[in-house]
Amino acid sequence: MSPRLSWDLVADWEQLTTYPFMVQALEAGAIVAVMAGAIGWFMVLRRQTFAGHTLAVISFPGAAAATLAAIPVAFGYFGACGLGALALAAFGGEERGGRSGESAAIGTLQAFALGLGFLFVGLYGGQLAGLEALLFGTFLGITESQVVTLLCIAVAVLTALAVLGRPLLFASIDGSVARAGGVPIRLLGVVFLLLLGLAVAATAQITGALLVFALLVTPAATAQLITARPGRGLVLSVALAFAVSWLGLGIAYFSPYPVGFWVTSLSFGLYVLARLATSGAGWGARTA
Amino acid sequence: MTEAISLSGAAASRGGSPVWSGVDLAIARGEFVAVLGPNGAGKSTFLDLVLGLLAPSAGAVSVLGQAPRAARPRIGYLPQRRSFDTSTRVRGVDVVRLGLDGARWGLPLPAALSPSARAAAAKVDEVIELVGASAYAERAIGTLSGGEQQRLLIAQALVRDPELLLLDEPLDSLDLPNQSAVAALVQRICRERGVTVVLVAHDVNPILGYLDRVVYFAGGRGVEGPPREVIRADVLSRLYGATIEVVETPSGRLIVVGTPDAGHCTEDHEQVMV
Ligand SMILES: Nc1ncnc2c1ncn2[C@@H]1O[C@H](COP(=O)(O)OP(=O)(O)OP(=O)(O)O)[C@@H](O)[C@H]1O
Ligand SMILES: [Mg+2]
Repeated sequence: MSPRLSWDLVADWEQLTTYPFMVQALEAGAIVAVMAGAIGWFMVLRRQTFAGHTLAVISFPGAAAATLAAIPVAFGYFGACGLGALALAAFGGEERGGRSGESAAIGTLQAFALGLGFLFVGLYGGQLAGLEALLFGTFLGITESQVVTLLCIAVAVLTALAVLGRPLLFASIDGSVARAGGVPIRLLGVVFLLLLGLAVAATAQITGALLVFALLVTPAATAQLITARPGRGLVLSVALAFAVSWLGLGIAYFSPYPVGFWVTSLSFGLYVLARLATSGAGWGARTA
Repeated sequence: MTEAISLSGAAASRGGSPVWSGVDLAIARGEFVAVLGPNGAGKSTFLDLVLGLLAPSAGAVSVLGQAPRAARPRIGYLPQRRSFDTSTRVRGVDVVRLGLDGARWGLPLPAALSPSARAAAAKVDEVIELVGASAYAERAIGTLSGGEQQRLLIAQALVRDPELLLLDEPLDSLDLPNQSAVAALVQRICRERGVTVVLVAHDVNPILGYLDRVVYFAGGRGVEGPPREVIRADVLSRLYGATIEVVETPSGRLIVVGTPDAGHCTEDHEQVMV
């Protein structure tokens, strides 16, 4: 029997949670969304979305290599993103600027990572079914132990963000004053990239390498359009990420189209709405 | 009382090449001091030395009677050419607040729960009021004009009640009315709060009337003294090793003529990314 939406929310919720795979998908979706919403907010503020995107792309050759070597894919994800974060930190330029040189270096790294990914997929013998999962995710094939691993990682990343958050915010928007005030801005930059790598590796296993961005960037960018208050922005970013991931899962369950499509469409729609609302309301709304 | 800043036989070098050397100076507490000189002469380098971000390659530096690094919590600092572009979605008050406790680890408590958080918020409001930025402090800082941002950044530098204020070209990129307004504001802070102000400037005229002392860097050396004893043809000619003229206009403005090009272009690497 294929699920049908009854518009009776209680009955629909019961249908949605009938199967364990769906329960685990909802759990994983919530965990990933909270983590991605929080770290994504800092990433957007630091203008490191390109670095984040590159980490996501790097996870693809990592996972492909792990599949090829017949070791657990998770090792591939975490190994590649960890190495990628260190490489980005090494490329990441001088403390006195040089962002354009930095983005060119990051782009080079990204191109190389994609090339490696296709090499590994090629060596694997053209089994393209696996490729689609690596790129677009396996939302509906999550095991219970994966959920537990995810939860541990999310707790670790969120705890680290809570401890580092304020100096990280200072370093992100006001590097030279933060440095003069004794904030170790270089070290913080490296630690942030490692946390981002960890979060991306965990998220990419669920959403796939290409859809990480739906949860990492779009809710954060939307939240920053809506409010310029750091506390509220963070909470809003997390709430939006959570909403789009659960709504996406719910809609996908009752429709023939994949989860990834719904999650990205919903978050894109919210972003466009926020842009229209803030530009329409002019200065008044931008100050909120 | 000890001096605010004293250098004896100090030399600075960057990336292995000397910037200036043999500099002796003593800045008393409560003075309003301008640091002048051509591009690349080492004005910002001087501030880096005072902040302890750079160690002198020779000689000694003492700040507020301490080693520069140790004195840092007592210094307010506004770096050169800093502005926030329109996509920086953080309010002015948040930027000021970061100057107060941004270096602290851990989450801040909401003001509703903690008296110290309320005191912090009150302190932030007080300095914003002082610089006259209350009307726009709640707006995202990227949407403010250069002059409005500059006032908030001065508030940020003031928020910890510093004894010494280091301002690197705070008048840069401001129009003339704003230059005199910000200069007057800094002078008021200096006089009313007894804060020692060291202000790097390219044009001495907007602040000339307020100055107690001038430090002039050029030609790999530095001299200090009262403005009209330093900005003089003979002193500057000796410093530059070339013939320099100083012209005074009837309204009292000083114009320095004939400075050779410093031979450096420091426009690009000075840009601070935010
Ligand atoms: N981080 C750095 N690494 C190497 N050299 C540097 C660095 N910063 C500055 N310099 C060099 O040190 C010299 C002094 O620079 P400084 O920034 O102190 O000049 P300045 O007087 O502040 O100039 P401006 O008026 O352009 O701000 C210049 O020759 C500059 O090229
Ligand atoms: Mg300078």
